[in-house]
Amino acid sequence: MNIWISIVIAGIINYLTRLGSVLLIKPEKLNESTKKILGYVPSAVFPAIIFPAVFLNETNTIVDIKDPKIIGFVVAVITGYLSKNVLTTIIAGLISYWVIIFFI
Amino acid sequence: MSKKTKNLLKGFYDVSPLLLPVVPFGIIFGAIGIELGFGPYITYATSIIIFSGASQIVFFQLLSNGASSIIAITSSSVVSTRHLLYGAVVAQYLSKLSIIWKLFLSYLLTDQSFAVSQDFFKKNSYDEYKHYHLLGAGLTLWTVWQVTTIIGILLGSIVPEELGLTFTIPLTFLALLINYFRKLDHLFVIFLSGLLSIVFYHAPFKSYIILSSLISLLAISLINKSKKK
Repeated sequence: MNIWISIVIAGIINYLTRLGSVLLIKPEKLNESTKKILGYVPSAVFPAIIFPAVFLNETNTIVDIKDPKIIGFVVAVITGYLSKNVLTTIIAGLISYWVIIFFI
Repeated sequence: MSKKTKNLLKGFYDVSPLLLPVVPFGIIFGAIGIELGFGPYITYATSIIIFSGASQIVFFQLLSNGASSIIAITSSSVVSTRHLLYGAVVAQYLSKLSIIWKLFLSYLLTDQSFAVSQDFFKKNSYDEYKHYHLLGAGLTLWTVWQVTTIIGILLGSIVPEELGLTFTIPLTFLALLINYFRKLDHLFVIFLSGLLSIVFYHAPFKSYIILSSLISLLAISLINKSKKK
């Protein structure tokens, strides 16, 4: 298949995944318990992006407990819990990760 | 300042901390496209047509590893299915908009714009111009993604790999969950989905994200139901 055609098909399907629910879901038809479940969407989707990126290494095996990513992750969790600030959390995680990889 | 402009700027303001990983990731993506031999036009076209970093990377990696177009399209689409869940959340707030707005805002619905705008929508559900927040956040991300892809295409891998900036991707998503750290039910969902994503990591067509999400949503809905009884 021509690569341009592939890109367009992938783009259309990708767009439909974004548009589908927005277009088809009628909020008045959602009951309260469904709305409540939708409130968990960030908590259900984001960890599936976070965990493999932190706990798996390039060879797709579980990282060592002393891996700099684990340290950065733990620092970010603690900072996030205490500060409740998005930017502070990201920066604290990144700086602690840099300290480990550059100085230790 | 009109309410529209105010919400637009608030969207820009709320999403800006999340640009920290988007900038290096966009540059890295542009450089990877060239390195894998896709050339500047095809590499850039994916940023405008697919406009989803994760799906674009999967698409290129599979094709360059010799996978068929069907496999590449299927996998990048499966990675994208999480947007169906995002759409379901924002649909509750956008239902009264015209079809043109829905068509356009859907194009701008990404992980980051979803994260900040759903939070804004929850707190401002009675604001009739609340969708301008998603417009502001979405346009900001879109512009930065286009510009950084082009920088990566033109300048190559100018982001030193030693900096480990890809680590900012999980950090950003983690930072987006801090408001839930004090809620036990959310913590349960977070840990369950995280563990499942490791277990399902090798599932076909990169389906681990949507599988982990759906199973953990199902689990919490069953728990909530049993609590009610």
